[in-house]
Amino acid sequence: MTATTATTMAGAQGAGMADPLVIDGVELTSRLIMGTGGAPSLDGLGAALLASGTELTTVAMRRYSPAETGSLFQLLLDNNIRVLPNTAGCFTARDAVMTAELAREALETDWVKLEVIADEHTLLPDAVELVDATEQLVNRGFKVFAYTNDDPVLALRLENLGATAVMPLGSPIGTGLGILNPHNIELIVSRASVPVVLDAGIGTASDAALAMELGCDAVLLATAVTRAQNPPVMGEAFKHAVIAGRLAKAAGRIPRREHALASSAMEGRAEFL
Amino acid sequence: MNITLNGIEQAVGTGASVTTLVSLVTGRKLAANGQAADGQRLGVAVARNSEVVPRSQWHSTALAEGDDIELVTAVQGG
Repeated sequence: MTATTATTMAGAQGAGMADPLVIDGVELTSRLIMGTGGAPSLDGLGAALLASGTELTTVAMRRYSPAETGSLFQLLLDNNIRVLPNTAGCFTARDAVMTAELAREALETDWVKLEVIADEHTLLPDAVELVDATEQLVNRGFKVFAYTNDDPVLALRLENLGATAVMPLGSPIGTGLGILNPHNIELIVSRASVPVVLDAGIGTASDAALAMELGCDAVLLATAVTRAQNPPVMGEAFKHAVIAGRLAKAAGRIPRREHALASSAMEGRAEFL
Repeated sequence: MNITLNGIEQAVGTGASVTTLVSLVTGRKLAANGQAADGQRLGVAVARNSEVVPRSQWHSTALAEGDDIELVTAVQGG
C-alpha cells in the first residue's frame, strides 16, 4: 500500500465512508468472516452472527438428517449473509473436490473455503493435497479461498494457481493461541495480490485487531465467538476489533523505540527553588 | 429394490427417481427442474455412486439396485 492510498483510506474510514472488501467482484462491508462451528443452538448462533455484523459465513457439508430442526442455510438466507461452504474434514484432494462439487450444487455458489487437513490431531493443512485440490478446483471454475499454513512460499504458490483468496492460519484451528508467527503473516501480505484472510487460531478480539494491523484484508473465526461465555457480545467485540485494526494499519503506527521519548516539551517548565 | 442412502441400506420403489427420493427424505415437494416447489431454496445435493447428480437431472435419473446415494446439506462448521 502506498502512503497516499493509506492516507486516503484512513481519511475515508475516519469519515465513516465505505472501505469494502472486494472479493470476486463482490463488495463486503464487513471484514469479519464468521464460521458457524461450535454453537450449541441455531438461535444462539443467529444472534452472534447478527451482532458480529458479518456478511460472509462458512458452513460445512454433511449428510442430510431429517431429525435436524431448523436450517442453517435458511438462517443465513434470511439474514442476507452470503454462504461460504467449506471442505472441513477432507484429508485428500479427491474428497475436497467432491465436497466442493456437492456444495456448489446444494448452495448454488462457486465460492469454496478449501480445507485439506493432514490429521485430526493438528488439523494443519496438508500442503501437497492443498496444492493439488486448488489446481483442480480452479480448473473446474471454483473461486477458491485456500486455508493454508502461515507459509509465505505456499501462499504465493496458491495465488499463482488461481486461488481467489489465501487464508493463512494464526495458529491451529480451535486453539485460541492467536497469531504465532506475525512476521510470516506480514510477509504473506506484502507479497500477495489477492485478499489475505487470517483464518484459525483467533482467541479474542485483540488477535483480530493484530491480524488487521499486520495488513490482512479480513479475519475468519468461529470458535472464539461460538464458544465464548457470551457469543453475541464477543461477536460485537470482533466487529469493532476488525474495524480498529484496519484503521490502525491505515493510520500508520509509530516506530518502536529502545528508549522513552517524552511527549511533553522540556522547555518552559516552571522552576521550583 | 434396495439402495444405500447416507450409509444406511433402505428399500425404494422400483424405478424411483432421485427426485422421488429427495422429496421423500426432505418432505419437500420438488418441481421437475429439481427446485423446491414452494420457491424456497432446497439446499441439498446428491451424489450417486460418487458422482454428483445435478439437480436438473434428478427427475430423469432413475435409481438402480445397489446404488450408493449421498444426500448432503449445509451444517454448522468452519
